[in-house]
Amino acid sequence: MSQRTVSRKLPPFKILSTTAILGYGFPESSFRKGMSKKPDLVAADAGSTDPGPYYLGAGKSFTNRSAVKRDLRLMIKAGVENNIPVVIGTAGGSGARPHVEWCLDIVREIAREENLHFKLGIAYGDVDKETVRQALKENRIRPLAFVPQLTPEVIDQSENVVAQMGIEPFIKLLGEGCQVVVAGRSYDPAVFAALPISLGYDPGLALHLGKILECAAIAATPGSGSDCALGILEEDSFILEALSPERKFTPQSAAAHTLYEKSDPYELPGPGGVINLHHCSFEDIGQGRVRVRGSRFVPTEKYWVKLEGVRLTGYRSVSVAGVRDPIMISKIDTILKAVEDRARDIMKIKPEDGRIFFHVYGKNGVMGELEPVKKTTSHELGIVIEAIGRSQEEADALLAVTRSALLHYGYEGRMATAGNLAFPFSPSDVAMGKVFEFSIYHLMQVDDPVFFRTEIEEL
Amino acid sequence: MRAKARKTGEKKRSILQVARVIRSKNSGPFELTLDIMFREKRYFNLFKEKKIITARKIARLYRIPESDVLKIVYFEPSQAIKVTIKRKIPSGAPGDTDIYGAQQHVPLFNLEF
Repeated sequence: MSQRTVSRKLPPFKILSTTAILGYGFPESSFRKGMSKKPDLVAADAGSTDPGPYYLGAGKSFTNRSAVKRDLRLMIKAGVENNIPVVIGTAGGSGARPHVEWCLDIVREIAREENLHFKLGIAYGDVDKETVRQALKENRIRPLAFVPQLTPEVIDQSENVVAQMGIEPFIKLLGEGCQVVVAGRSYDPAVFAALPISLGYDPGLALHLGKILECAAIAATPGSGSDCALGILEEDSFILEALSPERKFTPQSAAAHTLYEKSDPYELPGPGGVINLHHCSFEDIGQGRVRVRGSRFVPTEKYWVKLEGVRLTGYRSVSVAGVRDPIMISKIDTILKAVEDRARDIMKIKPEDGRIFFHVYGKNGVMGELEPVKKTTSHELGIVIEAIGRSQEEADALLAVTRSALLHYGYEGRMATAGNLAFPFSPSDVAMGKVFEFSIYHLMQVDDPVFFRTEIEEL
Repeated sequence: MRAKARKTGEKKRSILQVARVIRSKNSGPFELTLDIMFREKRYFNLFKEKKIITARKIARLYRIPESDVLKIVYFEPSQAIKVTIKRKIPSGAPGDTDIYGAQQHVPLFNLEF
């Protein structure tokens, strides 16, 4: 992967990371300061599975279009005018085809409005189901921790299956002279690490730097996902530098970031290998900068990519209400159970076809079953009544029946016979549409890391 | 364990006295990862050497089976202990209460040593 030129010393390679998620914004002053450092690459990660399965399934971005356009305009304009590659990973938040198209549409619009002409590289993150079926047959699929084994049925039910691409598709497109690269689902560090690795920089350092820059200034202190950060890659280390005066990197802030959202901070698995941080050191070199050494990339024997896919599990409707009556609060569990039974009896619906959830805030709305406090002492409760049905109509009907049953349920000892719930809104019920759940979260072994579909477009 | 402490008459200390950060977050949609960062290195070392945090203790605090505790990692550069457990319900699946998993840390406040 890395053709290191031993004879010539590599010059510092500067990477400007604009924002933690494209569309989260960044101060123009930080961006200008970053540009004044003459970066070799401007990049941003645009995705996350954090907002849940809906966005991948529905093909929608969890970020706002105008906000994404604003961020992209600054990046692309500066990049094209100064001949610096601009690389975007996991476009549209989830990185399936509809998300990538959504982002490409914005890029083309900016090019038109700003009269910019450049070579646009596109890498799609989608994996067709036949490829996954074949891999399953050939025993090349592994579940991640706590994920059920994949079955052909689950593959059939899944939508928008994507894989996290590694650095290889980026290297291919940048190698073909693309000025701007927009990619589907990507391994977060890849957008930052691909170009320098292709130029001979150490993959362990480049990927670890990418892992930090992926969150832009979140790893600084005070941290921010809406501010730029600069990474300077050298032969045997990298430097992190904040770009606004109120922020700095410290060894603690940089190291702490390595803990975030992962199960093991010493070994970070990704496409084709593992970033090993067992011998990593963080050193304060003054002026709010930190030097990091010792990060290593250990390739795995075979190349594995992470697959993500979701399946439709129903349609949701919700209603928000409050309870103030202490008699009702003292009996809330038995009341909710009785109301659910009554609603099911009226609707003649089986638990697997129509699901009812009461999110009871003030009791265990946040932690559910994990809530260790069993005795409720709140003087009021907030209840989100949730119904999931096989269609929106079924969900709406199940919710309406459950809501009215709860509103008028005559529990034992009731004093307030006019109604059990305080509704803050009219209408009280909201149809929320499709409900997805993660169905594929598995590793797939591939022979060719560039199996992702790529295209080039002249703008 | 509790009975032993009482017998020797030692007063137990709360984790809140020695931790700087206690937090929870998804590590992917199927895992919840819990971080405890210590104010001082000596407490990190104490917890590490005495193995104060065990899968058993986490299982008890969260009322989950021990097999739902994936791993416990000591991260020197941040003076932090990371514990990863199974999500009862995957992020965003029907019945989930915390899509980001960012408010599932509170049982850790009850850790004593």
